[in-house]
Amino acid sequence: MIDTLIDITLLAFLVFTAVAIIRMRNLFVIIMLFSLYSLFSAGLFAVMDAADVAFTEAAVGAGISTVLMLGTLALTKNHEEKPPSHLARLPLLVVLVTGGALVYGTYDIPSFGDPASPAQTHVGPYYIQHGKEDTSAPNIVTAVLASYRGYDTLGEVTVIFTAGIGVMLLIGGRLMRKQKRKDQR
Amino acid sequence: MIDIIFGHYNYWIVVVLMMAGFYTVISRGNLIKKIAGINIFQTSVFLLYISIGYVEKGTAPIIAEGYTVYSNPLPHVLILTAIVVGVATTALGLALVVRIKEAYGTIEEDEIHDQDMSL
Amino acid sequence: MKHNLILRLIAKFLFPVIALFAFYVQFHGDYGPGGGFQAGVILSVAFIFYALVYGLKTTEEILPPHVLRLLASSGVLIYAGTGVVSLLMGENFLDYDPLSSEPAAGQHLGILVIELGVGITVSSVMLMIFYAFAGRGQP
Repeated sequence: MIDTLIDITLLAFLVFTAVAIIRMRNLFVIIMLFSLYSLFSAGLFAVMDAADVAFTEAAVGAGISTVLMLGTLALTKNHEEKPPSHLARLPLLVVLVTGGALVYGTYDIPSFGDPASPAQTHVGPYYIQHGKEDTSAPNIVTAVLASYRGYDTLGEVTVIFTAGIGVMLLIGGRLMRKQKRKDQR
Repeated sequence: MIDIIFGHYNYWIVVVLMMAGFYTVISRGNLIKKIAGINIFQTSVFLLYISIGYVEKGTAPIIAEGYTVYSNPLPHVLILTAIVVGVATTALGLALVVRIKEAYGTIEEDEIHDQDMSL
Repeated sequence: MKHNLILRLIAKFLFPVIALFAFYVQFHGDYGPGGGFQAGVILSVAFIFYALVYGLKTTEEILPPHVLRLLASSGVLIYAGTGVVSLLMGENFLDYDPLSSEPAAGQHLGILVIELGVGITVSSVMLMIFYAFAGRGQP
């Protein structure tokens, strides 16, 4: 019962924050609200028994992405979004139709927390039953991440590495230095 | 009816959040705000996955004595890596925003479009 | 923030605490919540915090960008290299059974090494990205 209550409260906070992000025009406020949004969703992950995910979201979403967004804000020196010139009717229509279709689709999803749903009866129970003896790691998330689906994680690490290279190439800072040297000459 | 509401309200609110992010992306012209919108969309997809992995009266999937019901570890793994990959790709997007600002002097989409048209 | 004494002192105290917590998360990841991804992010947060208080230049003296580039690629190398080692020992790619005498012990060792690779790559890539954003436009 208390779980449901916390769940509903956090979801309500999330909706308020999302609406506030849409309505606000000050970019600094938007970034801070987004950080708050990440923190609330980390809480929600914790309520839904996903300790590892909550941990990651709190460190990444509320920590690093906020720092990076603030860094971008400092570099672009643009603190106020331009007011929209007209009411966005077409996007609203698109969003309503898509959202309606998605909500219609949720009727086919098994109920929230149903232990007999297909997601719970397919490969998950195998990991929980055999994970500890197979890998001697009690944390099944780590066992699946590093052992059962190690190939998957190798790909993810490569993606992170590639994104890092991309950022270095885009704003690694060499161009600015070269320009500066040219200016000095 | 009550069953459907209590069994699905989580998914519905996730859809609302998803659409809030989607709306921000397609209706606003400021690139930083667009990226915030993409991130909201992304986080709500994470919420959807974790909701599907939740088991009633379960606990976190760390094997310990005295517990028999655990939530599904597979969505946790997928989302755990997706969060970190997400921040790396967000950084890539923000780097592009910085370069656009340096090239065009603005991060408003319509002004960039006007400059491109006037060439 | 160069002249704020309280912040500078707290940063000095908190830096080792955050770094230690990162290592705890890294090596305790198979028993409790945590693992390479979280530990890498937390370790980079420690350095970002230091850079926010003491400035980017000081941090780049402690951990130069070229070292970071080396670390980022060596993490992926450790990960893929473990896979190749298990391949050479006669098993499938990234199957850690032959790494030790017992299959379960080999799995445990493999998970530790893999997570170390993940942690190294994630922390150095996050710091690389932060350096790129913070250093842009500075001489």
